[in-house]
Amino acid sequence: MKFSLSWLKGHLDTDAPLNVITDTLTAIGLEVEEVTDRAADLKDFVVGFVTDCKPHPDADKLQVCMVDTGSGEVQVVCGAPNARASMKGVFAGVGLVVPGTDMLLKKTKIRGVESNGMLCSAREMGLGDDHHGIIDLPEDAPIGEPFAPILGLDDPVIEIAITPNRQDCLGVSGIARDLAAAGLGNVRSFEVAPTQSTFVSPIKVRLGFKGGDTKPCPLFVGRYIRGVKNGPSPQWLQDRLIAIGLRPISALVDMTNLITFDLGRPLHVFDADKLNGGIHVRLSKSGESIDALDGKTYTVDDQVTVIADDHGVLALGGIIGGEQSSCTESTTNVFIEAALFDPIRTAATGRRYGIESDARYRFERGVDPDAVFSGMEAATNLVLQLCGGEASEVVSSGAIPDWERDVWLRPDRINQLVGFDLAQDRIVEILTALGFGVTPAGEVLTVAVSSWRRDVHGEADLVEEVARIEGFDKIPSVPLERLNAVTRPAVNATQARVGTAKRALAARGMDECVTWSFLSAAHASLFGGGDESLRLINPISADLDQMRPSLLPNLIIAVGQNADRGAADTAFFEVGPQYADDTPDGQGSFASGVRAGLSDTRHWNGDARPVDVFDAKADSLAALEACGAPVAKLQLEAAAPAWYHPGRSGTLQLGPKNLIAHFGEIHPGVLRDMDVAGPVVGFEINLGSIPLPKAKASRNRAPLIVSDLPAVVRDFAFVVAGDVPSARIVQAARKADPKLITDIAVFDVFTGGSLGEDQKSVAIAVRLQPTDATLTDDAIEALSQKIVASVTKSTGASLRG
Amino acid sequence: MPNNKSEKPSEKLAENLADLKSEFVSGIAAAVDVAAVDAVRISALGKKGRISLLMKTLGKMTPEERSVSSPAFNALKDEIAAAVEARRKALEGAALDARLATETVDVTLPVRAERQGHIHPVSQVMDEIIAIFGDMGFSVADGPDIEDDFHNFTALNIPPEHPARQMHDTFYLLEDANGERKVLRTHTSPVQIRHMMNNPPPHRIIAPGRTYRSDSDITHTPMFHQVEGLVIDKATHMGHLKGCLEEFARAFFEVDNLRMRFRPSHFPFTEPSAEVDIGCKRDGGELRIGEGDDWLEILGCGMVHPKVLEHAGIDSSIYQGFAFGVGIDRIAMLKYGIPDLRAFFECDLRWLKHYGFVPSDVPTLAQGLAR
Repeated sequence: MKFSLSWLKGHLDTDAPLNVITDTLTAIGLEVEEVTDRAADLKDFVVGFVTDCKPHPDADKLQVCMVDTGSGEVQVVCGAPNARASMKGVFAGVGLVVPGTDMLLKKTKIRGVESNGMLCSAREMGLGDDHHGIIDLPEDAPIGEPFAPILGLDDPVIEIAITPNRQDCLGVSGIARDLAAAGLGNVRSFEVAPTQSTFVSPIKVRLGFKGGDTKPCPLFVGRYIRGVKNGPSPQWLQDRLIAIGLRPISALVDMTNLITFDLGRPLHVFDADKLNGGIHVRLSKSGESIDALDGKTYTVDDQVTVIADDHGVLALGGIIGGEQSSCTESTTNVFIEAALFDPIRTAATGRRYGIESDARYRFERGVDPDAVFSGMEAATNLVLQLCGGEASEVVSSGAIPDWERDVWLRPDRINQLVGFDLAQDRIVEILTALGFGVTPAGEVLTVAVSSWRRDVHGEADLVEEVARIEGFDKIPSVPLERLNAVTRPAVNATQARVGTAKRALAARGMDECVTWSFLSAAHASLFGGGDESLRLINPISADLDQMRPSLLPNLIIAVGQNADRGAADTAFFEVGPQYADDTPDGQGSFASGVRAGLSDTRHWNGDARPVDVFDAKADSLAALEACGAPVAKLQLEAAAPAWYHPGRSGTLQLGPKNLIAHFGEIHPGVLRDMDVAGPVVGFEINLGSIPLPKAKASRNRAPLIVSDLPAVVRDFAFVVAGDVPSARIVQAARKADPKLITDIAVFDVFTGGSLGEDQKSVAIAVRLQPTDATLTDDAIEALSQKIVASVTKSTGASLRG
Repeated sequence: MPNNKSEKPSEKLAENLADLKSEFVSGIAAAVDVAAVDAVRISALGKKGRISLLMKTLGKMTPEERSVSSPAFNALKDEIAAAVEARRKALEGAALDARLATETVDVTLPVRAERQGHIHPVSQVMDEIIAIFGDMGFSVADGPDIEDDFHNFTALNIPPEHPARQMHDTFYLLEDANGERKVLRTHTSPVQIRHMMNNPPPHRIIAPGRTYRSDSDITHTPMFHQVEGLVIDKATHMGHLKGCLEEFARAFFEVDNLRMRFRPSHFPFTEPSAEVDIGCKRDGGELRIGEGDDWLEILGCGMVHPKVLEHAGIDSSIYQGFAFGVGIDRIAMLKYGIPDLRAFFECDLRWLKHYGFVPSDVPTLAQGLAR
């Protein structure tokens, strides 16, 4: 909402300087976004006196003017037809930027004649559309002084943000009322005496809703004015509109814009001679269309409130008028409309057809229901003043909706909710100044809500009114009391995993990404997603329309994008939600990561190798370990979802149902579909599936038991079928004596050579740690045989000779 | 040496020992390696060494002779042993020096590559926020990103067609079989509702998380992060809200006397409502927080609307309190001078490494929130 300082002062009698006014606006909740002072912006553009004006020797439409700029005389070539000797105009010197065209003025030659600056039109000064000639300043304008104050441009323009609840401040008069309540002066009365009618309106109005439900338009008021003379509106009116960025059109149109911004009361003016029969307001018929004033044609459904005559739709009620019935320079008889339109339907229609208008903006927030007739009188008054003519009686259909209501306020609620004490007299004073009717009734105040405050319904609303006018700066700053002697952890065990997993993975050299929760349906379906129930109907773009079924695809895309930028060796992870369905339980917290390219950067001392499944396995185990998962108890199945390489992937699980993590090489087919070069390996951990640790009675660790007896390490090499998992060999070996065997390491695996086809050799080192007595050679030999027997039995392996 | 009987036996002994010593000492000095030293040692002190043999003669001597010879023999033995040891150490040292001289490497070569991973600024700032509010007794609550209309709007006093629903340009999911249209939560406020409905008052929670609005331009992304705060008990008022947020903002921005301004505003779920600005200075392209006399909006807050309490099953005649919402990405940008919001979500390695945090920098109040 924009207005100029002088416009505000037309409603508010105040001596307050501009900065006090803007500070107060912000302090009472009408946040000042910008203050522009056009006079300051235009201060370098001065009054120039044309001392001489001759035709250009080499161009028909150009003239060569000598201009007294106050600081010397310069020669200017000018194309304006109204340029003439002895006139005063706006002179822009070399080096200035012309605001309307953004052009930097340079000393130049135009058709061989030197030109030092220019004489400017209104459009060039950003003051409107007029570019037929240069600005003609009054004869008494002082030469060399800034021109802006002479045209009344030394009037700062204030722009404020209006929150949706304050539709009463969508007119300058409402803003003045709030400022007066905050102690910044007195509101000037703008009551307009009703115009005495001289004849009966030839145009009748009627609400034509089926079933008599007038909710879409409870009240429609009209008035016929005959014998008007339309034309440009006076300078003061044009100035106000230009100040707030509106384009003056004609007196009749400018008048409606003025009242919209002055009183927050949208109006419409029809050219009465273009109407056919009476006016009625009704819901649209499907397929009806209108050529609207914004130059577009709207074909509507059957849910739009329209203003119509016998021939069809004249306007979309509360939103926009039609071209066909609009006023022009030749209009002589008009019909003024002031009505009330349902905020909800207005908003829905505006959204549905994408029409933004000042009328819609106000009606969808709710216009003062008690100001329809007074708005009509203000409009009538202005039309008669600007355009002459003769006003008919007011015709109307419908009634002012019931808006009166009382709200109670217990004065001590101010203190309870806001934290400062306020005398009852002061509370009454504030509310009264804001236009509420206040009646003390015992312990409480009965507050009659004014017609323009649609937002006030309860006690808390009144507390806010009092508090904002008294000032939020008066609210004391009180520390929150401590709840417990010892601060408790802010996160629970499940929430803590999120942070732990992130730092564990970053510690492994991976970089954390935060990617969108959505992706393309095509990518989603590569990772088991793509379900319709997780599709957005209004995505930001077509490739971001599906909630992600996995964190991997976005990370893989990140790999591809970084590779395109020249970073092929990347390690990314993300910890965040993925979506199995749209219920709260279907939205789990996952930790996933990918590695691509080489495992390390190339180095003088190392062999950088391509990433492989064991990188992903190590990442997942490290994160699981950090999150407190029982890593030693996890079972590993050599199987994983379809987006992994079938032979190079695995699943870590606890029992057959609780799948905790998948890891592996990403399926080359998936990478191909995503247009990302491989290899890429990755993992996915379902953080929610990790069992919570049992609550412990004490923080004490179990005692440390170590043996001083020497440990023995024995190596075994087994030849086994190629598809036997090494884990089974380890498991079987351990079974030989789980107490004595403390560690088994797989230290060599190879195929080929003298081994048979489909055979491999797996070598393990078994560490034996006695606790009671040193192991004798016989005991070691006996255990070795037991180990071989156990492995042979379980895997069909034979000890390699 | 001639056997001269005119000489005293003790003099003769001394002369013999001196000769012996001089012979061995020159032998040791002449040894060029450890093996040569060892050979001298064996010839002197070995089982059949000349000094060892000499020692054996002590047994056959008379007590008088022994009292003269024993100290002399032992002194010679010790001297030679010490000389051998000293020479051995010198030779070993020289040998080691010689070997090390051949082992020189180019220490200017780079170390073995270790990847340095990074924590995203959003995660880091979330941890900072949790540390500050955790210290004030808040605990973390969470809720789903895919919300229903009730929790995201209705319960928060945003009825259908309320203009506030336009303020949030909401992402909608396809209608489900029951005709229900879920939304991507437009703010973290629905977590308030879920928490209040599932737990008895009093409440003191924060809810950080992802939020979504169908906005995309230089300063808006369709997904961003917020942290919601909620305090409900019987006596919490706007003064506490002010105190709490002042403590937060001063701790977060690490400015002791950070100027703050509470401006009246409007949110459907709070009444009274306020927006909070912090003092700042805009100097050219740079923004400095805590200096100057300009203002910068950082959050919205207010007293929880009685209707919201009632929607969540709380008796608003007994309980009251405040709520607030802060944009995490925004305050991360402000604190760390990160210029572009969109880059947060673009996974550019260069950006992640530049603006990210090393994992050991865990924000705590004891160690400092930021390094």
